[in-house]
Amino acid sequence: MIGRRRLSGIPISRLDARDLAGEALAGIGVRPARTALTVLATVLGIGTLVTTLGVSATAGNQIAGRFDAVTATEVTVDVAVPASPDSPPAVRWEALDDLSRLNGVTAVAAYAKTAAGSEASVRANTVRDPERVLDRALPVAGSTATLPDAARTGIALGRFFDAGHIARRDRVAVLGAQAAEQLGLSRVDNQPAVFVAGTPFVVIGILAPIGRADQQILAGSVIVPFTTGDETLHLGPLATVVITTALGAAPLIAQQAPAALSPNDPAVVQVHAPPDPAGLRTGVADDVSGLLLILGVVSLVVGALGIANVTLVTVIERTAEIGLRRALGARRRHIAAQFLLESTAVGLLGGIAGASTGIVAVVVISVARDWTPVLDVRLAAGAPLAGALVGLLAGLYPALRAARMQPVDALRGPA
Amino acid sequence: MTDIINLAGVSRMFASDPPVAALTDVNLRVRPGDYVSIVGPSGSGKSTLLNILGLLDLPDSGTYHLEGRETTRLDDVTRTALRGARLGFVFQSFHLLAHRDVMENVMLGDLYTGGRRRDRRERATAALDRVGMGHRLHFRPGHLSGGERQRVAIARALIGTPALLLCDEPTGNLDSVNTAAVLDLFDDLRAAGTTLVVITHDETVSRRAGRRVRIADGRLTEIPVAAEVTVPLPVLGGTR
Ligand SMILES: Nc1ncnc2c1ncn2[C@@H]1O[C@H](COP(=O)(O)OP(=O)(O)OP(=O)(O)O)[C@@H](O)[C@H]1O
Ligand SMILES: [Mg+2]
Repeated sequence: MIGRRRLSGIPISRLDARDLAGEALAGIGVRPARTALTVLATVLGIGTLVTTLGVSATAGNQIAGRFDAVTATEVTVDVAVPASPDSPPAVRWEALDDLSRLNGVTAVAAYAKTAAGSEASVRANTVRDPERVLDRALPVAGSTATLPDAARTGIALGRFFDAGHIARRDRVAVLGAQAAEQLGLSRVDNQPAVFVAGTPFVVIGILAPIGRADQQILAGSVIVPFTTGDETLHLGPLATVVITTALGAAPLIAQQAPAALSPNDPAVVQVHAPPDPAGLRTGVADDVSGLLLILGVVSLVVGALGIANVTLVTVIERTAEIGLRRALGARRRHIAAQFLLESTAVGLLGGIAGASTGIVAVVVISVARDWTPVLDVRLAAGAPLAGALVGLLAGLYPALRAARMQPVDALRGPA
Repeated sequence: MTDIINLAGVSRMFASDPPVAALTDVNLRVRPGDYVSIVGPSGSGKSTLLNILGLLDLPDSGTYHLEGRETTRLDDVTRTALRGARLGFVFQSFHLLAHRDVMENVMLGDLYTGGRRRDRRERATAALDRVGMGHRLHFRPGHLSGGERQRVAIARALIGTPALLLCDEPTGNLDSVNTAAVLDLFDDLRAAGTTLVVITHDETVSRRAGRRVRIADGRLTEIPVAAEVTVPLPVLGGTR
């Protein structure tokens, strides 16, 4: 090996990286018990951090898992009932057009509905079975023609009413699947009639099962055009707006809906949107693990101080060795590098032990709670590196002290 | 042939209270193959002189040519390189690493000087064979006698094939049997051409050397070989 030559013609001292590693490892190995005790705080710190981050990621994943892609596209708006029946409606039916023009909205429908507890008495004229109770108290909804799309349902039999029925205020009705069964209706081709609060309506269709979880009430309802409903049944102004959005647009639409529906007084509408999964996850991290994270960082600082302290003691104990190495040709930087590497390796050991402990803890906690453990590769790989960094920082001052020693003084040994 | 050592007008003053003139106007020439002993009472400046010869310390005035190269104006990195490559040290307290075996301790002598890693083990074995310690390769220093430890330390100094072996009280911690073994080894080394400077306060050790230099109060005087028999034993703890 040809060393670098200076003007003096003497090759300067050098230290092979493998030799440096060997010396550092031998240095750590001298006192295994002390090394083990030294890394304890670092193990604790890294372990706490890995456990905390791992558990919160796992918990966040469980919460996020409950929201499938579909629920994340559903928004429902409740409109407050006006204070007196004479006051103007809070949201006009025409406002739905503004809402449907928003980017990301795929379907909008609205309905007014009989209040809970004051359902209308509904009777079908086809029932011939005298044993059956003829009158049913069923909810009645006066709806726009777009309801099947917005409520994620379809038509099982017949058809839904259209804009023409609404404009003409036709007395037509579409029954939810459950309502049709209760009324004993199974076909619509013979134009059966139902009497809602005494008024006859022609049944033109029966709905398929309702896809949206929050609109299941429609399955047991009689649905009529909102114009007819207001005129003959006094269902009143629209009370519920049902929106479906493109994937990921629900939170944005939920934000924009009040202003689009009720520009003058957005507060009268109440929006129900799926919670933002990302927000939920950080929420969990904030609440549950904020304190633990602080604890982990504090442990790491304690760990760093521990390594710094022990490395300093080691440097002083090994003063004579430092002197010897200088006599054998070691440069200041070789001395510094050796002690830095020793403290970094101790930190790395702590990081590896801490990461392993943390990962085991995450798995145990997950199994105990019936969760699927989520282990971030970056966390698993980053934790030992964080330990090494702690060791490196902790070793800076002791290494500098070691490098600064004068060979003559050092050879005399510790004072 | 250039001198190994050429000290001219070297002085070293310690700025303690009161100031100590540890070396005053020291002149010393050592030729290749010389075996020089420096003898003097405690506190006479022997270690100070050895530190300067070993490039571990700098004189306040004067010049020090090592193998013809002026060293007092070299920077720390170059003096360190020179020290590692051209000088071998043997200390009174051996300075062996207690947790490393004999082989590893000897290989340490070759760690910083750019010696090839591949045959480092062979060269360490050869150095240990030379000092008669080839049968203790994997002993810890703690399991060796004092004389054996010093021979291991000498092997560590020899692995780098130094131009000069500097020994500070090499037999200071040894009994007479072990002392004799180390001195026999020095005779062998000298016969093989190694240049030796041995510092001691022990007249019997000093008498084995080819050249003898007395140091007292930081001043050197060469002892003529013919005068050897008439030199009285030094008074222990003599004047400073
Ligand atoms: N760093 C220092 N600061 C102040 N005085 C010093 C220092 N080093 C040595 N001295 C003084 O210089 C003088 C010579 O010391 P030195 O160590 O060279 O003596 P020595 O001949 O090696 O003695 P011994 O045989 O006891 O080892 C002594 O008086 C000592 O007290
Ligand atoms: Mg001395």
